[in-house]
Amino acid sequence: MAILTKSHLKKMNNKMQSDRRKFILRMARGAGIAALGGFVWSAYVDEVTASQLLLRPPGAIKEEDFLKTCIKCGLCVEACPYNTLLLAKPGDHKPLGTPYFIPRDVPCYMCPDIPCVPVCPTGALDEASVTTNGKLDINISEMGLAVIDRETCIAFWGIQCDACYRACPILGHAISVEYNKNERTGKHAYLTPVVHADACTGCGLCEKACVTEKASIFVLPKEVAMGKAGNYYIKGWDKNDEKRLEDATEIKTKTEISKESAIDSLNDTGGLYK
Amino acid sequence: MSMLWNKYRYLFFRRTTQISLLFLYFGANAWGWTLLMGNLSSSSLLKTVPLSDPYAVLQMIAAGAIIATDLVIGALIITIFYLIVGGRAFCSWVCPINLVTDAAALLRRQIGVDSFAKKQPATRNMRYWVLALSLIISFAMGVAAFEFISPISMLHRGIIFGIGFGWAAVLIIFLFDLLVLKNGWCGHICPLGGFYSLVGKFSLIRVHHTQENCTLCMKCKVVCPEGQVLYMIGKETIPVLSGECTNCARCIEVCDDDALNFSIRKLVKNNKSGE
Repeated sequence: MAILTKSHLKKMNNKMQSDRRKFILRMARGAGIAALGGFVWSAYVDEVTASQLLLRPPGAIKEEDFLKTCIKCGLCVEACPYNTLLLAKPGDHKPLGTPYFIPRDVPCYMCPDIPCVPVCPTGALDEASVTTNGKLDINISEMGLAVIDRETCIAFWGIQCDACYRACPILGHAISVEYNKNERTGKHAYLTPVVHADACTGCGLCEKACVTEKASIFVLPKEVAMGKAGNYYIKGWDKNDEKRLEDATEIKTKTEISKESAIDSLNDTGGLYK
Repeated sequence: MSMLWNKYRYLFFRRTTQISLLFLYFGANAWGWTLLMGNLSSSSLLKTVPLSDPYAVLQMIAAGAIIATDLVIGALIITIFYLIVGGRAFCSWVCPINLVTDAAALLRRQIGVDSFAKKQPATRNMRYWVLALSLIISFAMGVAAFEFISPISMLHRGIIFGIGFGWAAVLIIFLFDLLVLKNGWCGHICPLGGFYSLVGKFSLIRVHHTQENCTLCMKCKVVCPEGQVLYMIGKETIPVLSGECTNCARCIEVCDDDALNFSIRKLVKNNKSGE
């Protein structure tokens, strides 16, 4: 057995301490790098996923779930016979690798057999959501909703144009034409397009057909294009709409004034005549 | 000529495989071929057999996506395939980034960057940390985190569907590998490589080293992108068992002494008589 002198012990002690320091330093450095990398990475992912105005292929599930589920394989893009669908590239400022389309360039031509949906391996494009009675039905897809800018639509100026109405594949249901008297001339009619949200699929054929320099009818994702009345406002003349009352909830807000009864609050002069 | 063939046969097969796969995918999009559609994230073979990237599926599970049956089957097929042929065979025989990083490594040797940057300051275990981090971020943000920044997918999609700005990411990797860190991307950072290293631990096809033939010329170590797996050169007669070996077979063909060869892993250990 070797005899350990005091100086030996001191040296060992020093070495252990220095090892420990190195270890702690290395751990701290590792944690720092991991945290930094994690932050940069998450910030980047957040940046590329934050896109509200994308139009997805037919049957696409809710955007949040779509981003989780889409594996970015491009099978839907390959299946589309019209080259409607694109995969987001770096520089497009859209969630990388996910499919979308720009209707003003190439709209969705609403193939009856919807070739892009069944090929999806992940279910990000949900076949069930575009199926009625066991048959694929493109007319129930909800890619978006067409919105009309009445300021720039020339039909609202009184110039005759029904390009979007004629281009609509669900003509008469998704877009109809309203007749109104043109008071300016006194002898002409306004023939103005009206979009019906319950029938419009958001295919974008109207946007493609629009004759104005920048389309005056354009497709937006439904959540973006539509408002929501909430359960406070009910069409009392509509039996179906009255059903919404069942979901209605009551919110009571207590304020300083509403604590007492309404009359008391009216009589309360707030110490004005003291 | 036969000398040339012996020195480059596996490299030739490897590049042929890589480029043909790219070509098949490209043809599916451009000319409607149906042999191999989609891309490396998920494909469809002859419109029937699904194939999916198991690491992408893992991230999707972490993100909380509902996983379709096709995807599970596809990921299983790919996992079983690489369990047999060696996980990182994907890296050297399929991945398109391999073309970029191999080019960087070759240029690095040619212009002598290797000779003045001998010490590699980064640990190769980093890829496992990136792998763990990718799953954590996927879980926290609810999207497949690596798939959104993956230069592999970017380049691959770029080739099939049109490149966009994907070339910038590829250029960064090329310059990083060339000037900053030897085998920097594939050998240190890429979490997909890390994932396949774990899969490859169990694979059957192995590079085998025969010590009696070795003359210690070290050509294999120079050419190997994962030098640490060849620690036994000139020392022991054993197979390369590390999952980090990419089965690229460059070491086999540069060896002039027949010290390295492909072998099948012996599943039964200690089958020597008397042990």
